[in-house]
Amino acid sequence: MPSPTLKNKDYDYMVKKATPNTKSAKNISAAFLVGGAICALGELMGYLYREKVGLPEDIVPTAVSITLVGLSILLTALNVYDNLAKFAGAGTLVPITGFANAMSSAALEFKSEGLVLGVGAKMFIIAGPVIVYGVVASVLYGLVIFALGLY
Amino acid sequence: MLLVQLLKAFVVGGIICAIGQVLIDYTKLTPARILVSFVVLGVVLGGIGLYQPLIDFAGSGASVPLLGFGALLARGVREAMAEKGLLGALSGGLTATAAGITAAMVLSMLAALIFKPGDKS
Amino acid sequence: MAKKIGKYTLRMNNPPSVIAGAAIGSKKEGEGPLSAYFDIINPDSSFGEKTWEKAESRLQKDTINKMLEKAGIASVEVDAVFGGDLLNQCVGTTFGMREIGIPLFGLFSACATFAEAMALAALLVDADTLAQAAIIASSHFCSAERQFRFPLEYGGQRPPSSQWTATAAGAALIGTHVQPPYIKHVTIGIIEDLGVTDANNMGAAMAPSAAATLTHFFSDTGTNADNYDLILSGDLGAVGSELLYQLMERGGYDIRKKHADCGLMIFDRDRQDVHAGASGAGCAAAVFCAYILPSMREGKLKNLLFIPTGALLSPTTVQQGESIPCICHLIHLADSPEPAGV
Repeated sequence: MPSPTLKNKDYDYMVKKATPNTKSAKNISAAFLVGGAICALGELMGYLYREKVGLPEDIVPTAVSITLVGLSILLTALNVYDNLAKFAGAGTLVPITGFANAMSSAALEFKSEGLVLGVGAKMFIIAGPVIVYGVVASVLYGLVIFALGLY
Repeated sequence: MLLVQLLKAFVVGGIICAIGQVLIDYTKLTPARILVSFVVLGVVLGGIGLYQPLIDFAGSGASVPLLGFGALLARGVREAMAEKGLLGALSGGLTATAAGITAAMVLSMLAALIFKPGDKS
Repeated sequence: MAKKIGKYTLRMNNPPSVIAGAAIGSKKEGEGPLSAYFDIINPDSSFGEKTWEKAESRLQKDTINKMLEKAGIASVEVDAVFGGDLLNQCVGTTFGMREIGIPLFGLFSACATFAEAMALAALLVDADTLAQAAIIASSHFCSAERQFRFPLEYGGQRPPSSQWTATAAGAALIGTHVQPPYIKHVTIGIIEDLGVTDANNMGAAMAPSAAATLTHFFSDTGTNADNYDLILSGDLGAVGSELLYQLMERGGYDIRKKHADCGLMIFDRDRQDVHAGASGAGCAAAVFCAYILPSMREGKLKNLLFIPTGALLSPTTVQQGESIPCICHLIHLADSPEPAGV
């Protein structure tokens, strides 16, 4: 150790000072623009499904989700989504397209470990927790409204 | 009218994503944790009835972000419980979100069969 | 046989030579400032193989063969190879050396592996145990990414302190002294850990280990930065280099004017979107073999301290929230084997 007096917390302070900050203003506007654009694209699809295709109102959101998921997976497979995400950050992470990217990128990546334990198992390394915690939270919610007699 | 709808979706969806970016830049949360937080928050907001008004207002701007996925889980549970009682708490969530999850699974499998990952630049 | 001086430094009795070296890089390295110095730039980062792990092994195999070709010797004339990489169980090296038929010492010091290999080879050559030994280290962006971080197509954002794993390998031949550069001292590092847990800020985690080893060497030999042409760290990057300066200043050593970092040399940070610089076991190995070794041969560099650092973490320890233990090995190379001065 260069100086026996240097404590972890002193070094932590030095590290914080030396580490450049994220270009937050740029990142946040990029996330806003791209995330907003993905949602607006979804809204446009919803309009087309509703008005032009004539899908019933209650399945339009599902149809929109599936289309966005498909689009995201296609862009992932074509090596485009990660480059978009480099710029957009949370703008491509938070929409449902980010969920689809997490699944498909893992499926592609771990194909080399086989179709069962590679693609099949590793598909969920990032997206799995989202499903697990979402479903667990929804079950807890169900128990709460059951206990309160609110359903 | 369509333009107003699109603009609402753009602004609301954009704001939700911008909040996600703030979490990335100012906290040590990993992307996986941020996704998990958004879904759980969506379940809570959907559960207490705060999210549906946002979906009514902004459409895809509220339903496309993962918060909407969480809200959909909560709605699925509520509707299934109205029909089947307590059992609905177990079946409702995945039933309501099945189409999206299944699509992601099947298409990811398909993508893995056809494509391979490329180097990054 | 080498002799210990001071507390941590080993002085060679009969300083061995770095006889030959070769380096191979891929596309991004080929777009970087050192492009022309690599022996081979293969823009296809799969190196014609089906998986990224195979690609890295192929990279090692091609690099050692290129080095042997340049040295003009056959593999049977090499007594041992010391090598390592970043992959679990060092498969990049073990698979890469599968057909080479040279006795293998598989090593792991993360990005300091090349220095560990050089130190061990030099000690055994100096002791007359081995006549000549090969050393090699590699890293591959894609195999490292999928082991340590995310799938390649995953849409993540890298923080500004993160570093880009070089897809590169360097191999060298260490033998009984015949020509410069000569390995005069080695200082083997102790593990340093000042509590950095952020795997996206490896430079910050590693800087204390570089400061410790360099300080040990200075105090063991009674020298300072003024005695050397260049102090070359491995992959501290922009953040880690600045922290190294500050840590050294606390000990009364000013190294700013003498320091360079392989991680800041192999890529152009302004053009290549690599954030704080390069990293990877192949980074220091390739920069040394491609650029530094020829410069020493030509006499442009006469007296060099090579101090690659390694972050000794695994994906498991990161997930368990552990801080990052780091190590730095120092190699002192000079243009004359004479012990005069330093």
